[in-house]
Amino acid sequence: MNRRESLKALGIATISTGVLVESCKTDKKPQTDKTTGTADEAGRQDYEVERDKKLKAERFFNDHEMATITVLCDIIIPKDAKSGSASDAGVPDFIEFISKDILEHQLPLRGGLKWLDLQALNRFEKPFKDCAEKQQLTIVDEIAYPNKAKPEMQQGVAFFSRMRSLTASGFFSSKMGVEDIGYVGNAPNKWEGVPADVIAQYGLQNV
Amino acid sequence: MSDFQIKKSSEEYDVIIVGSGAGGGMAGYVLANAGVKVLMLEAGPFFDPAKDSLQLKWGWESPRRGASTTRPFGDFDAAYGGWDIEGEPYTTKDKTEFEWFRSRMLGGRTNHWGRISLRMGPLDFKSNQLDGLTDDWPITYEDVKPYYDKVDRLIGVYGSVENLPNEPDGIFMAPPKPRLNELFIKKAATKAGVKVIPGRGSVLTEALPGNKDRSPCFYCGQCGRSCKIYGDFSSSSCLVIPAIKTGNLKVIDNAMVREVLTGSNGLATGVSYVSKRDMQEYQVRAKTVILGASACESARLLLNSKSTNHPDGLANSSGVVGKYLHDSTGSSASGFLPQLLDRKRYNEDGVGSVHIYSPWWLDNKNLDFPRGYHIEYGGGLGMPLYGFGWDVPTLNGMVPGRDGKTKEAGGYGASLKDDYRRFYGTQVYMAGRGTAIAREDNYCEIDPNVVDKYGIPVLRFHYKWADAEIKQAKHMQETFQSILHEMGAIVTSGVKGADTNYGLEAPGKIIHEVGTVRMGDDPKKSALNKWCQAHDCKNLFVVDAAPFVQQGDKNATWTILALSMRTAEYILGQRKRQNV
Repeated sequence: MNRRESLKALGIATISTGVLVESCKTDKKPQTDKTTGTADEAGRQDYEVERDKKLKAERFFNDHEMATITVLCDIIIPKDAKSGSASDAGVPDFIEFISKDILEHQLPLRGGLKWLDLQALNRFEKPFKDCAEKQQLTIVDEIAYPNKAKPEMQQGVAFFSRMRSLTASGFFSSKMGVEDIGYVGNAPNKWEGVPADVIAQYGLQNV
Repeated sequence: MSDFQIKKSSEEYDVIIVGSGAGGGMAGYVLANAGVKVLMLEAGPFFDPAKDSLQLKWGWESPRRGASTTRPFGDFDAAYGGWDIEGEPYTTKDKTEFEWFRSRMLGGRTNHWGRISLRMGPLDFKSNQLDGLTDDWPITYEDVKPYYDKVDRLIGVYGSVENLPNEPDGIFMAPPKPRLNELFIKKAATKAGVKVIPGRGSVLTEALPGNKDRSPCFYCGQCGRSCKIYGDFSSSSCLVIPAIKTGNLKVIDNAMVREVLTGSNGLATGVSYVSKRDMQEYQVRAKTVILGASACESARLLLNSKSTNHPDGLANSSGVVGKYLHDSTGSSASGFLPQLLDRKRYNEDGVGSVHIYSPWWLDNKNLDFPRGYHIEYGGGLGMPLYGFGWDVPTLNGMVPGRDGKTKEAGGYGASLKDDYRRFYGTQVYMAGRGTAIAREDNYCEIDPNVVDKYGIPVLRFHYKWADAEIKQAKHMQETFQSILHEMGAIVTSGVKGADTNYGLEAPGKIIHEVGTVRMGDDPKKSALNKWCQAHDCKNLFVVDAAPFVQQGDKNATWTILALSMRTAEYILGQRKRQNV
C-alpha cells in the first residue's frame, strides 16, 4: 500500500458522510435484486450475505501461515498495560478474511510469508515462527523502517508494511481496539460543541 | 416462444415516474398528496432507512471492518450499487475517464449523499454575463426561490444567515457547532483570506414543525448510512414512503425501465420495463410520464426511445440530449495537526454533513480561471474502521516524540502501538467542489455496439476537462496549502502538481453530474421548456439533474428538489386545464 492508497482508506475511516471519500476500485459487483428480511442481515443485499457466507466457509492461509501471521501481528501490536495484543483482539482471523475479501492482499501476503521464512531459514535454520524472539526481531528490524532499510530488504519492507496496516486496522476496529484508542462516539447524544476545557487548552475562545 | 411475451397492463395511471431519488421522490410526493394516481418505477429494491440502515453498527460487526469491497463508500454506507454494477456496463471513448455512480434502490443516491444543501444563486442561473462561456437558464433565482423556501420548510435544513450575494440564505435550523479540528481550520483559513461559515445541510438539528414521522438528529455523524429515525433527508424516508401512505402512489421496485412508449400522435403513453425479479417484460400506461432516473439514465432512456415520430430519440429533435454533461470539479488535500497529538477524547461525531464550509470568496475577474468553487472540511475522532492507522508508521517519523526526539518512521511493538493513540484525531481534510463549464462536446450517447444484461443499449461517455477546470484545481491546491500552512499542519497528501492536473478528479467522481437534457426557451437548442416539459412531447417531463443548463459550484440536490416541486405543481395546473 502506498501512501496515496492509505490516505484513501483513511478517508473511509474518518469521514462518514461519503462526500469526501474516493472509491477503491474492486471487482465488478453483482447487481442488486432485493434485500433480505432476516434481522441480522437487514439492509444487506442478498449477494453480499451469500458472498460473506461463502468467504467464511473458505480457507486461504494454512496452519503454518496462520501461526506466522499470529506471531507477526503480536510483534506489531503486543499486549501492554492498556490493552491486549493483536491476536487477543482476533486480528489473525480478520487478516484471513480480508485476504479472501480483497484479493490484492493474497499474493503479497502469501509470498511475503514465504520470503520471511526463507530469511529465517538462511540465517537461523528455522522457519520464522519457530525462531527465538530475538532472532525474529533481528529480521523485523531490517524491514520495519522503510527509509533506512537496505535495498535488498525492500520486498520485506513492502510485506511488513502491509501486515502492519492490516494489523492496525484489525486491532483498532475491534472492540478492544476501540476502547484502547478511546473512540467514544457511535451513540445517540447531543452535540453542543467543543468542551470548554478543550477550547481553553488550545486558546480557541475567539474563533 | 410462448413463455416470452410482453405483459401489458390495462390500467392507466395518471402519472408514471421513473426513478425514486430526489427528483422522482419530490414529484411523487407532490402529486400523490394532490390526489393524482402515481406509479413509480425503481430499478433497485425497496429500501426503508428505518429498517435497512446500517446506522450505529461497529467496525467489528463487519467481517471486512467497513472496507469498501462491495460498497464503494464502505461496508456500512447506504448505497446499493456504485461505479461498477455487474451486468450494467457503460463505455467511454477518446480516452475519456468518466465514472458513473448509480444507486439502485428506493431513494437512489439520496440515501447516502452528504446532505450538503446549497441553493444556486442568482448568478448561477444567469452566468453568461460573467464571461460569455456558459448559457443562461430560462428561469431566474427569483423563479425558483419560492420552491427553495418550500423545500426548506418541508424537509428541513440547517445553516446560518449570511447575506452573501450569490449564496442565498434559506429558512434555516441552527447549524451544528464546529468540531475542534474545524476551529483550527476556521482560524487558519480566515488568516489565509478564505471565508468560513457554518455548513448548510439537510439534517434536523431541531424538530421539524408539523412532521411526526421524523425525529431530530442524535449526532452519530453517519448520514452516509441513511438514518433510522429519518433525522436527515433521504427521498425514501422523507418523500416516497410518506407518498405511499397517501394511498395514491404505488412503487414497483426492481423495475429497470427500457424505454418511454409513445403513440401515433407522438405523445407518451407509458413505459416498458424489465422486472429484475422474473426477467419478464412489462408495459405500463399513464397520461403523463416523468423521468427522474438521474441525469445520465434519463438521457439514456430518451435516446433509447426511438419511434417514427421521434427518430433521434424522444425529446431530441434538437439533438442536445446527452450533451452538456458536466460534473463538479473536485480536488482535495489532507494533513495532521501536531498540536493535537495526544488530544483529549470525547464524542465529536456531530452530524454526517459538513459543520463548516467556505463558499466561493473571490472574483474570477482577477484570476486565470473563469468560475469558482467551495471548500468542504473534515477531520477528527472518527470511528476506527478498515484503513485506520495506515499512515501512522509514516507520520511518526515526521514529528518529535514525547521525549523530544524524532523517531525513525515505521516501527512496531509497544512504541508503535502508542503512536496510533498519539496521532488519533489529529488529521484534517479539505476538498474543493467547483463549477465545471457545460460544453456541448462533453456528452453521453448510446454505444452502438453494447447492451446491458437486460438487452438495453448502454451509454458511452466522452468527457474532457479543459484549462478552466484544471486551473481551478491548481488554485484549490494552492489555497489548501496556504490553509494547512497557516494552521501549522503537516501535509500528508503530497504535492498534487501538473502531472495529476492538480489532483482534479475524473469527471463523475464527485457524483454531481447534470445537464444532459437541458431546458431552454429555444426548442432548437434545448430539450425541455422552463417547466422541464419536453418541447417535442408535452406529456413528458424530466425532474432529475438532467434539465440543468449550467451548474454553479453548489451540490445539485437542493435545486433538483426545488425544480421537481415546481414541475409537479405545474403539472397539477396543467391537469386542471386538461392540457396533460
